[in-house]
Amino acid sequence: MTAVVSRLKAPGWRGKALFLGIAFVGLVVLPSVMSEFRLGLLAKYLCFAIVAVGIDLAWGYGGMLTLGQGLFFGLGGYSMGMFLKLQEAGPKGLPDFMSYNGLTKVPAFWQPFRHAWFALPAVLIVPMAVAAGLGALVFRQRIRGAYFAILTQALAAAFVILLIGQQGYTAGTNGLTNMKSMFGYDLNDPVNQRNVYLAVAICLGIVFLLARQLVSSRYGRLLIAVRDGEDRARFLGYNPTVVKVLAFTVSAGMAGLAGALFVPVVGIMSPAALGIVPSLELLIGVAVGGRATLIGAVVGTVLVNYAKTGLSEHFASGWLYFQGALFILVVAFAPKGLAGIRDMVRRGRSTGPAGGLASPMNAAQVLEVLA
Amino acid sequence: MSTLLEVRDLEVVFDGFRAIDKLDLTVAEGEVRFLIGPNGAGKTTLIDVITGLTKPAAGTVTFAGESLLGRPEHKIVRMGVGRTFQTATVFEQLTVVENLDLAATFRQPMRALLRRRKGIGDAVAAALDTVGLHDQAGSLAEVLSHGQKQWLEIGMLLVQDPHLLLLDEPVAGMSKDERARTGELLHQIAETKTVVVVEHDMEFLRRFANQVTVMHEGTVLCEGTVAQVQADERVQEVYLGRSRDKRSTAEVS
Ligand SMILES: Nc1ncnc2c1ncn2[C@@H]1O[C@H](COP(=O)(O)OP(=O)(O)O)[C@@H](O)[C@H]1O
Ligand SMILES: [Mg+2]
Repeated sequence: MTAVVSRLKAPGWRGKALFLGIAFVGLVVLPSVMSEFRLGLLAKYLCFAIVAVGIDLAWGYGGMLTLGQGLFFGLGGYSMGMFLKLQEAGPKGLPDFMSYNGLTKVPAFWQPFRHAWFALPAVLIVPMAVAAGLGALVFRQRIRGAYFAILTQALAAAFVILLIGQQGYTAGTNGLTNMKSMFGYDLNDPVNQRNVYLAVAICLGIVFLLARQLVSSRYGRLLIAVRDGEDRARFLGYNPTVVKVLAFTVSAGMAGLAGALFVPVVGIMSPAALGIVPSLELLIGVAVGGRATLIGAVVGTVLVNYAKTGLSEHFASGWLYFQGALFILVVAFAPKGLAGIRDMVRRGRSTGPAGGLASPMNAAQVLEVLA
Repeated sequence: MSTLLEVRDLEVVFDGFRAIDKLDLTVAEGEVRFLIGPNGAGKTTLIDVITGLTKPAAGTVTFAGESLLGRPEHKIVRMGVGRTFQTATVFEQLTVVENLDLAATFRQPMRALLRRRKGIGDAVAAALDTVGLHDQAGSLAEVLSHGQKQWLEIGMLLVQDPHLLLLDEPVAGMSKDERARTGELLHQIAETKTVVVVEHDMEFLRRFANQVTVMHEGTVLCEGTVAQVQADERVQEVYLGRSRDKRSTAEVS
């Protein structure tokens, strides 16, 4: 109980020290001890962790089970990818895949992405605008729970179908590949890769602090209130639509930023990273780490991705089964994830219903817990 | 005294069932009105219509000269109409202070809400005193007893500072002591507010009620003082079924 209450207070010196400690390890120690390859992997995981912080905001704190975060990740990623492809092609040139597909000039909607002043803000603005419009429509209609979840999932799937269908404009299934440089810097150069990693790590730090500020503000309390009793919150004089749209839009902006960072890290942005399965994978880390604990979302996501890489290196299809089992286990037995188990251990196992491990649930309860 | 709330010719239909049928109700500024009636009479439905939760099939609802119909719930709250629920609903994952604070800050712009709460506001502190939850201020609302949750809900209504309070069975499930305390609280509130209370408890009614409206099958059966409605034959009939011979010992309950 006291643990819960103190968690909501301004960060004490311990919280600040922990944050600075992690920042030091992440920005100084890891880049100097990890191999180029491993650092690249970590950079990728940290991109996913940025999405996870956004998902935690929308789902953990706001109760909006968003299964389609790949859509926003993709909107940010493609904004960045288009910029890099056009940079490479030069002012007169045509991106490679367009000429393979028989295009003779750059399509009009690509043109603004030539300019950094357009493309870089677009990374945030496009996904946020889509999320705000979508949220305003959907939340006003009081669509929520499983219906909202399925809707977001369908949108992610539709986005992938659109990308694959418009091969000439989007490079189809292959996606945007061969992105070798950014602002004239060679992305294959280990020094530049390290800088990309640092940029990702710093962005994660900023996103984390922003989310923390949001959830510990009055707005954060209101978001929890809307999550637990949307209709009740109306009778406190608040419009839940506004409250939810804001959190959903911020979470989309975080996903867009992560997608954009993903491009220089991996060099590719393709539909394979955006569909239903990748969108679900983004959620699993949050569930494992513990909903409504921001640090849990980050830690859970990094751990799950390490497990994924480790397992797929050894047995190719093992990961899928493991992932399914992990998800079911967490939802059924530890709905508060690692954070719940941590709290339980702290309280010396003298835990009541608020503890980390809950009694097993049936399928209907599982959906209820998620949505 | 001027009229604060006026309900005219109200009809509410659920799948062909008339929950409220041609109901009229007038509540004057500063009044404390008790609303009684057997289960299913439509008392909660009436409150739901006034607060925007249920849309009526016909009729008008006017508050301080303005129609409430068709307005979203939160706008009605902003006009100065507050309510509690038959089963107290507070935000269990928030502390007592946070619950009260949320109820107090809805008039602030979103921008101001993006800041952290610093300390306890005056209105919140006053409400903590009034409902006697000082010792639980920092506790999560989920650990409160049933009665404490009902008080917390009343406290949230107080910091909301509405003109008109609609209380749906505020003492249901409370112990005798808790009822007495709630009754005193009600008196205190009534000094400055207009209050409509839905209540069944006869003893509570006798001690604290002045004007009573009796509802039955979606319409108003009679109105008057406690003694007047208790003496009314129709009221006794409604409460005791058709057993008229027991009338002499009958109690509205
Ligand atoms: N949402 C609803 N759908 C269908 N019937 C309802 C609904 N709400 C209330 N009713 C019915 O309307 C009648 C009045 O209910 P209610 O206003 O809750 O009565 P009271 O509060 O006086 O006990 C009851 O018969 C109840 O079953
Ligand atoms: Mg009722």
